[in-house]
Amino acid sequence: MPETTIAVAMSGGVDSSVVAGMLARRGERVIGLTMQLWNQRRLPELAPNGSFSKSGGRCCSLDDVYDARHVAQHLGIPYYVVNFEERFEQQVVKPFIDEYLAGRTPIPCTLCNNFIKFDQFLEMAEGAGAERIATGHYARLEWNPSGERWEMRRSADRSKDQTYFLFGLTQAQLARTMFPLGGFQKSEVRELARELGLPTAEKPDSQEICFVPNGDYAAFIDAYFREQGITPAQVRGELVTSDGRVIGEHLGVHRFTVGQRRGLGVAAGEPLYVIATEPATRRVVIGRNDELLRASMRVKEINWISIASPSAPVRASVKIRNKHGAAAATITPIGPGEAEVHFDEPQRAVTPGQAAVFYADDLVLGGGWIS
Amino acid sequence: MHHYYFDHNATTPVSAEVLEAMLPVLTEVYGNASSIHYFGQMARQKLDAARRTVAAMLGGSAEEIVFTSGGTEADNLAVLGVAQDGHVITTAIEHPAVLAATGECASMTAVRVDGRGMVDPDEIRRALRPGTRLISVMHANNELGVVQPIDEIAKIAQEAGVAFHSDGVQAAGKIPVRAAAADLYSISGHKIYAPKGIGALFVRKETKIAPRSYGGHHERGFRAGTENVAGAVALGRAVQWVLDSGAAEQAREAALRDHLEQAIADRVADTHVNGAGAPRTANTTNIRFDGVDSDALLIALDLRGFAVSSGAACSSGATEPSHVLLAIGLTRPQARSSIRFSLGRANSIEQVDALIGAVADAVAHLRKLAPAYA
Repeated sequence: MPETTIAVAMSGGVDSSVVAGMLARRGERVIGLTMQLWNQRRLPELAPNGSFSKSGGRCCSLDDVYDARHVAQHLGIPYYVVNFEERFEQQVVKPFIDEYLAGRTPIPCTLCNNFIKFDQFLEMAEGAGAERIATGHYARLEWNPSGERWEMRRSADRSKDQTYFLFGLTQAQLARTMFPLGGFQKSEVRELARELGLPTAEKPDSQEICFVPNGDYAAFIDAYFREQGITPAQVRGELVTSDGRVIGEHLGVHRFTVGQRRGLGVAAGEPLYVIATEPATRRVVIGRNDELLRASMRVKEINWISIASPSAPVRASVKIRNKHGAAAATITPIGPGEAEVHFDEPQRAVTPGQAAVFYADDLVLGGGWIS
Repeated sequence: MHHYYFDHNATTPVSAEVLEAMLPVLTEVYGNASSIHYFGQMARQKLDAARRTVAAMLGGSAEEIVFTSGGTEADNLAVLGVAQDGHVITTAIEHPAVLAATGECASMTAVRVDGRGMVDPDEIRRALRPGTRLISVMHANNELGVVQPIDEIAKIAQEAGVAFHSDGVQAAGKIPVRAAAADLYSISGHKIYAPKGIGALFVRKETKIAPRSYGGHHERGFRAGTENVAGAVALGRAVQWVLDSGAAEQAREAALRDHLEQAIADRVADTHVNGAGAPRTANTTNIRFDGVDSDALLIALDLRGFAVSSGAACSSGATEPSHVLLAIGLTRPQARSSIRFSLGRANSIEQVDALIGAVADAVAHLRKLAPAYA
């Protein structure tokens, strides 16, 4: 038997199932852990027709736990469900809502990675006796002996790459983490799942944010407000133009994100977009497309992964959204964990609260939060 | 790898003598106990003998024993059969089989317990009101092992003319149980080395109770459904073992439990026995390890071959902070740092010593990783 134990974070999906299966097949000592993150019965009004469907994209539903347990039984590995509900609400759901209310567009998956999966979950797995954790994330990790650093690279399957959500991982965390799927195409992962006879081999991929049904954050936040006793009057506000004219009303700043065009409820001669949200006055500012362009941005709480914190400007491709194409830019450090990013070409909809992740080709240099 | 079991309050294995008594019933005494013919009579004979044995332990007569599918059904029948349309008084630390059932009654009062998990009988008295139909107080608590003053509470109920139910699922086999004081008393087979799927409710003759299931006239009309003769035989045999050998085994387990508590107190800093200072069943100890996540400790111990428990399992299999530990005044983090060890017949001093070593190692490892704890 190998000396070390690897804890696999099993969601019940095909990716983490394959991770557990691959590691078990090559003789590693593996335990499966599923995090109970959110109680699906908590906001029942979000369920279609008031019931709970079997649709994917829902975290820790009983169906997903059943699937994860089924895979663990199939592989013959110890399996446990661990309760992270309170931590998840404190560290992910509440900040997610607070960020929206503060006029930013948050990324709960990054918060979950930074504060739950690669922090408290890692700690629990170690406490339980595992030396490392493995997840089904699509990213590659490699030890660079000359730089004496763990380097992170985009996954071989570029369409599945999740490095945008992993920029916050520290060297200490990376040293205890494995992403065994980083070198595979998704189709190969499915093929492996079939080969291993995993019961999740044909399970559809999950989509969107795990605890938000159908990706409808506004409905989720509205439901959460109702549960917490926050009334619509407390979140309603005005739609204004960039020169200060009030042109309508809206149902809450959380319903808007910078760059959004649909759902503004105003007619104008030319297309109008959300330029900014001002939570203090509950105002949503709208304007023309060209008002969305920014040549630079400030990035804070930067974590450098594949390179040490630079003292001189660095050239990089910068992604400002998960689906953003990455734009050439110069990153100029201006203080600890902070930098000014100047794009070669102005970028549309630079959104406070989103992550900016810096790449050199497929190498993830680091990333931070757009302020 | 060895697997040692320290979770006997969750369930117990079927003992050799119980298996021996019940196995031939399944294949040879298969008659329906309601049938008039030979086969039915043979089954009836086994059933009645088991009923007499259970009655002997509970201090009632055979006619006062209703066999059920287990402790939950017995508790549900007692609570809902007596008090569904009225007011019921219970405690904050009952098993969900009672707590959830009292929640289905017209109204309920759950009295508090003190920091040791003890109910104050005066609180029960103060909760009485004109519409009170039932008082339900568990005899021994599943998580702490704390034993309640049920004789005193029974007296209060009697004076008030209110029925008194006690959930004795965690008391039977662990402390002397005489239902003499209670009007209704629940027991479960699988906590005393009989299989899952059999339990019993003692129902004092005069008690007004309505059935919860409808069908044939089984069990004096209180519990419709063909009798589980093999289960009843198993329960009867398990009860007989308790009557014969229970006291000696309880003394043996008490010594092991005291050794476990003492060794952990000596070897592991910042531990506390939840429920300390109250009378407790011999086999149970619930220990808080400050700064340690009980889920992680449970998994660490399981991977080393020691089965213990923490909190209450929810439907996914994750644990939630125990309502019992919160009721005795623990904070949520404290409740999340507590582990229950419940000993049983197979546990030896060697197993307990191995457990002590594993707990000390695992707690030290967990505390080293928790930066908040230093």
